[in-house]
Amino acid sequence: MVNVSALSDPQPKLVARAVSVYYGGKQALFDIDLDIMSREVTAFIGPSGCGKSTFLRCFNRMNDLIDDCRSTGSMLLDGSDIAGPDVDVVQLRMRIGMVFQKPNPFPKSVYDNVAYGPRLHGMAPTRGDLDEIVETSLRRAGIWDEVKDRVDQPGTSLSGGQQQRLCIARAIAVRPDVLLMDEPCSALDPIATATIEELIDELKSEYTIIIVTHNMQQAARVSQKTAFLNLGRLIEFDETQKIFTNPSEPSTQDYITGRFG
Amino acid sequence: MPAEHTVKAFTEDLDKIERSLLEMGGLVEAQIARAVTAVAQRDSESAARIIEQDSEIDRYEQDVQEQVERLFALRQPVAQDLRMTISAIQIAGYLERAGDLAASMARRSIVLCETREVPGLYALPKLGDASHTMLKDALDAYRDRNIDQAKSIRHRDRELDDMYVALCRELLTHMLEDPHRITPGVHLLFVAKNLERIADHATNIAELVDYVTTGTRASEDRPRGRGFLMEGAPSPDDPT
Amino acid sequence: MSSYAATTISSQAAANRLLLRRKRAERRFQLYGILAISAALGFLVVFLASIVSRGYMGFVQTEVRLTVDFDQELIEAGSYRKMLRTSLSELFPNAGSSRAERRTLARLVSAGTVFVLRETVEADPAIIGTVEDVWVLASDPVDQFYKGRIDAALPEEERPISDASLARIAALEAAGRIDLRFNRSFFTRGDSRNPEEAGILAAIVGSALALLVTVVLSFPVGVMTAVYLEAFAPKNRITRLIEININNLAAVPSIVFGLLGLAVFLNVFGLPRSAPISGGLVLSLMTLPTIIISSRAAIRAVPPSFAEAAIGLGASRVQAIFHHVLPAAAPGTLTGAIIGMARALGETAPLLMMGMVAFVVEVPGGFTDPSTVLPAQVYLWADSPERGFAEKTAAATIVLLGFLLVMNGLAVYLRRKFEKQW
Repeated sequence: MVNVSALSDPQPKLVARAVSVYYGGKQALFDIDLDIMSREVTAFIGPSGCGKSTFLRCFNRMNDLIDDCRSTGSMLLDGSDIAGPDVDVVQLRMRIGMVFQKPNPFPKSVYDNVAYGPRLHGMAPTRGDLDEIVETSLRRAGIWDEVKDRVDQPGTSLSGGQQQRLCIARAIAVRPDVLLMDEPCSALDPIATATIEELIDELKSEYTIIIVTHNMQQAARVSQKTAFLNLGRLIEFDETQKIFTNPSEPSTQDYITGRFG
Repeated sequence: MPAEHTVKAFTEDLDKIERSLLEMGGLVEAQIARAVTAVAQRDSESAARIIEQDSEIDRYEQDVQEQVERLFALRQPVAQDLRMTISAIQIAGYLERAGDLAASMARRSIVLCETREVPGLYALPKLGDASHTMLKDALDAYRDRNIDQAKSIRHRDRELDDMYVALCRELLTHMLEDPHRITPGVHLLFVAKNLERIADHATNIAELVDYVTTGTRASEDRPRGRGFLMEGAPSPDDPT
Repeated sequence: MSSYAATTISSQAAANRLLLRRKRAERRFQLYGILAISAALGFLVVFLASIVSRGYMGFVQTEVRLTVDFDQELIEAGSYRKMLRTSLSELFPNAGSSRAERRTLARLVSAGTVFVLRETVEADPAIIGTVEDVWVLASDPVDQFYKGRIDAALPEEERPISDASLARIAALEAAGRIDLRFNRSFFTRGDSRNPEEAGILAAIVGSALALLVTVVLSFPVGVMTAVYLEAFAPKNRITRLIEININNLAAVPSIVFGLLGLAVFLNVFGLPRSAPISGGLVLSLMTLPTIIISSRAAIRAVPPSFAEAAIGLGASRVQAIFHHVLPAAAPGTLTGAIIGMARALGETAPLLMMGMVAFVVEVPGGFTDPSTVLPAQVYLWADSPERGFAEKTAAATIVLLGFLLVMNGLAVYLRRKFEKQW
């Protein structure tokens, strides 16, 4: 059993209660209860198809894009509903940014990649403001020194790790509170992965981060809390250290020690 | 052991560590039994063999350490596997020290052969037997991940402490009676102390059974004797 | 041991045989490929050679230099015919003055020369009262003879040109008054009954107007349809039905579109016959499936991660598509559109039903003027009995091929230019 109350801080950043997601007639997530703490890294682990990405995409309503996908249950960001039909998803996605599995910079310049979000939301009235946002975001993503001389070059000309940091810069340019990361390092080499992990560690002082990963060592390295999902159910949610030394559930144990299936 | 690892070699590696550990345990048990016999029967030849054999135990410990090191480097064990490997290093350490204690008993037995015999020491083989059995049971409990057995071992430590104190009193009486018995008596006191410490190591091993299986360290509920000539000292159980 | 070794050796030999066979099969397959390509290339070369060899003469035209007295009285009386006759008589004073003889003499130059003279005067009134040398088109038989298409050794009654005319051509040549010159009128005139005067400008303009209608209608409609189907349409039965029908439409014979156009655009909506507007509409219908299919393929080829990233930043679906997906799909979309246009440019069958396969002399000035298109012009000329039209046919074909080549080149260029790595 997952003891939610034991983990509850007075003010969790994100709250999921009884969240179920259906693809057509098929249920993908079953009654998930979970609290995400502010300024912490929460990792979702679990075998492929366990629903961890689906759950992640509930937070910024990316599942809305899928035609026959519907969800029930309640989700709160800072106490206000984000799952209801009246929620303005544009506002929501400004507050909850997302970084994807494969680095996906737009086929535009580095500058335009980062400036896209602020432009879209009219966050920068002057060119100077925009320049500042772009620089700050690139700095925060730890890539400014590498790209400051070539912000006019296409984002796709960067290396894989730089591209992913560019995508992180692009996501934080709209000043979100929460960053969702869907296997952000799965397409990167170990060095690039390490830089991203270091970045995640730095970013957690300002952002609440949820990361989905297949790499359990990565979850162990970057996260403070870990949730293990299997077959659409939340099996265990606890301190990362606890999960990786002494998980409560046998199936968590089997999964993280490589005894699955 | 629960289900097999998807990577079979991982399971094999873990099994091999455990096997080495149990072999090492078997060797240490034999060393202890032989040392007790050597002391009781004043057999210096056997004692010499025991001392020789101690290096074998050291090799085992090194082997277990290397295996664990390799497993950490190559397979990054977590959870249960992590606990098993960490406890393997600890157990190997306890066993090595138990082996050292056996060798030390053997060394004293050689000296004892040169001295006057202390008569009627039926309590020494009994203590030796108890100590040896405790280590054996601890290793069995570890092998079988038997928490109940491990718990009972921790309680047996108290009995053994009592036996140890009784033996010490007996030796003290012999030494008071005859000053010529002081030298062998002191050696025998050390032998008894060694056996008592072997039992402590067995208890430590039994405590690890809990850690390996449940991930929780055994609480400090182990009943302790006050030890020989320690009646005036504060009890180790008392919080001070 | 030995039996094991033996099996190894024998299986080794078998493996070698297999390997050899495989290599041979591979070489054979390559050979077939090379043969097929050479055959295709061979046909292409033969086709191009025959068209060019017949067509290049269509770009030049035999012209005769006349010395014309632009007499004010004659011009005021409008007697350009007499002016021409006088000028010819001066060249050949002993040609005789009977009506038949005068007609033979006049047949040296194109029947339209009279109009050319009038146009010359109208274009430059200062010429009135002077005597000027004017290059005028030779008549078709003279042109054909001068280009060597008529064998002078044939008996007179078997060739379209008389002995007297041959003698005059010789005389003109001696005087340097006859020459092959670049056929400007081919590109500046509409169709004509006289091969020497026939031009393709009307057809080019007709084609351009029809294509303009086609591109304006089918490109936005096609691209938007593709966007809707790819990104917005609910995945249900109706959508699938529409998709299947679009795919099938691409394979419908073009004449069917012509019938549809005839029934709907002409009969129901009463659009003008033979006009670029109605022809363009039919061509749009025909091009739409091609554009939709290629645009959908191009849109689908854009990694969904672009749209996801934009949506993740708070863009709406429409914004994501217009900011990121369509620009990334542009090369494919444009290529598809240009290929569709090129196909429309080469299409005759549906236009047949729209009355655009027509004899059009006047260059159309608008979307509702009667007009024809390039391939229809080729078809019409190919049907004409005069020898002069044969080379016009080939020349028009070269022009048509040139346009197609340019359009395909443009498609390749655009694809290269907009193609980006992602």
